[in-house]
Amino acid sequence: MADKPSLKRRHWSWRSQAFRGVIYQVLAVGVIALAVWFLTSNTLTNLRIRGIQSGFDFLSQPAGFGIGETVIAFDSSNPYWRAFLVGLTNTVRVAIIGIAIATMLGTVIGIGRLSKNFLLRSLCTAYVELFRNIPVLLQLLMWYLLLNEFLPPVAEALNPAPGMYLSKGGFTFPVPVWGPGYGLALVGAIGGAALAWLYRRWAAAQFALTGRVRTILWPLLALVVVGLYAGWLLGGAPTALDIPEKTEFNVIGGGAVTPEFLALTLGLAIYTAAFIAEIVRSGIQAVPWGQIEAASSLGLTRKRQLQLVLLPQALRVIIPPMTNQYLNLTKNSSLAVAVGYPDLVSISNTTLNQTGRAVECITIIMAVYLTLSLSTAALMNWYNARAAIRER
Amino acid sequence: MNSAGTFAPIAARPAPLSTHGVSGWIRRNLFPSAGSSLATLTIIAAVVYYLPGFIDWAIVNAVVRPDNATCRALDDAGACWGVIAEKYRLILFGRYPFAEQWRPLAATILMLAMVVASCTRPLWSRWLMLAWVVVFVAFFILMRGGVFGLSAVETDRWGGLPLTLLLSTIGIAAAFPIAILVALGRRSHLPALRTICIVYVELIRGVPLISVLFMASFMFPLFMPQGLTINVLVRVLVGITLFAAAYLAEVVRGGLQAIPNGQHEAAASLGLSYWQTQRKIVLPQALRLVVPSIMNSFISTFKDTSLVTIVSLYELTGSVALALSGDANWRPFFLEAYLFIAAIYWIFCFAMSRYSLWVERHLNVGHRRD
Repeated sequence: MADKPSLKRRHWSWRSQAFRGVIYQVLAVGVIALAVWFLTSNTLTNLRIRGIQSGFDFLSQPAGFGIGETVIAFDSSNPYWRAFLVGLTNTVRVAIIGIAIATMLGTVIGIGRLSKNFLLRSLCTAYVELFRNIPVLLQLLMWYLLLNEFLPPVAEALNPAPGMYLSKGGFTFPVPVWGPGYGLALVGAIGGAALAWLYRRWAAAQFALTGRVRTILWPLLALVVVGLYAGWLLGGAPTALDIPEKTEFNVIGGGAVTPEFLALTLGLAIYTAAFIAEIVRSGIQAVPWGQIEAASSLGLTRKRQLQLVLLPQALRVIIPPMTNQYLNLTKNSSLAVAVGYPDLVSISNTTLNQTGRAVECITIIMAVYLTLSLSTAALMNWYNARAAIRER
Repeated sequence: MNSAGTFAPIAARPAPLSTHGVSGWIRRNLFPSAGSSLATLTIIAAVVYYLPGFIDWAIVNAVVRPDNATCRALDDAGACWGVIAEKYRLILFGRYPFAEQWRPLAATILMLAMVVASCTRPLWSRWLMLAWVVVFVAFFILMRGGVFGLSAVETDRWGGLPLTLLLSTIGIAAAFPIAILVALGRRSHLPALRTICIVYVELIRGVPLISVLFMASFMFPLFMPQGLTINVLVRVLVGITLFAAAYLAEVVRGGLQAIPNGQHEAAASLGLSYWQTQRKIVLPQALRLVVPSIMNSFISTFKDTSLVTIVSLYELTGSVALALSGDANWRPFFLEAYLFIAAIYWIFCFAMSRYSLWVERHLNVGHRRD
């Protein structure tokens, strides 16, 4: 009984760690709340004094500016929110194509750095050291300059392959004419993928039951391709292509991308590939050589060693930093503003200059990128939890 | 042919191919297999095809003198390095008053000397910290002027290499302590502190640097009370620092996570307080483990300073545009000027990455196996 008050007193004394913890936290939260209140009240006062309207109501007003290249239809009488949507789709387009190119290039170069061939190895090392150590903005400016300066004008467009034209006006290439056949082909491919997934489950169950290993990769690919082909045949096997044609002054028809898009996508892909190469190389090197030796001594073929021993362990090391690089590429695509490609940031910037709604425009940019990053991070955490080594 | 009973040795096997000497090296490294030989031949063919043209452009036909007429006569047959000879002062020092440009030069040399000194092991001591403070003060006095008979130069005239160095060194120096505190906060047992640190790190890492810079440049003036304006250089510096600190905090956290719990427990049993434990036991080990990642983070920050050109501060990348866009005579030679500053950036970044390898080797003596 005599202890209790003293215990209680000690609990509330400065010497108690728990008590100090509470005080620190109250202080921290208080300081931050104060700062937020201070900044918000300043902002509101400033907005009122300068007569700047606030709020997101401007989004439904007509934008009044045109956008050079769009995935979805847009003209200057469309509202601002549609301009933002165009920006977002443009960002996503650069990100997806850039990521695909960077992954392929980076993987090849990363494996090349481990080659026994001296020249190949040196070339890949030189690539990595060269592109990694120059700011990406400078690289983008240089690519844009090169494309703008050294490509011929549209009237004398280069013709690197039949049906493709490269000039200051951009890159033009043949595209299939959209028909219901392609939709059916897509449906077929999805059906094939579903069948492939069922087959894989069945093969795994059979392996658990009988221990018999079945080939996985080829049947899966075959199912998807057969589905695709069947859908395409069913849709009347459309083969029409929209091939660009060169007239005296112009190139018409086909699909086209602008030099801005080319410079941004290639520049980002080439820069990011240098980092991906390092990730791939270190991932492969992270698997101890003894694993391969052990696999050989079990009598696995080289292909099975790669498939069953090397890749699963290397991928565990490779995938998290690789996702980071994908996110970096997406965030770096905001440098589009420097080469004049109408991505999300560039369109927000135009809107900001037109409407003066700095707070709203920057909030939109941040919210979009945050959503992208946080959802990717959540996906990564889920993957990591799945791929982590299960120990005792 | 042989009749029974006579001894006939089978033919000797051919000697193995030499793996030593020049031919052995070539065989091992250039032609070990069919695929590899093909790669070697392709690379050699590409070099033979492209290199002469490049050498012609960069060296043989190039014009080194700052002679505009000769450069224009080249018509892309050769590089016009003369643009660098003509414009190097504008590129390196931006809009700084021409007559006073010895000052940014002195400031740059001072800063570089200090960076080199900080990288030299025998000089690592407490005095280094004091020396940095002195160097920063001297840098500001040299650049800003207004005292000791130096004419005052407003910060909006600062530019080029000194600005790049200023943004990156201050960004790194200020981000480092913030990063350590945030990393410790993120691993703290106090839920409110932990949440604040997590929100800060994830918020900053989730958005591009350019949006942070836009915020510093467009939104920050709205945040401040009426009448109080803060220099744009300072605002951008704060933006870069906060951005770098979030990335660095994650690196430091990685190091903290690698320290076994036993270290904390041992420190507690010695009666060390929380801060003593972190300062004397945990941080020295944790930071040592992540030296390469810390250096990578520094390199990123250095490269990222190029983005401030988008919010109209003319550091190295911006000053090239400033030097050439307004001058119709030299505007065609942007590429050469870009290559010049790319070389400057490359030398800095490459030196940092080599230095990081050296530090890793010399600092991790305790972890070395051999």
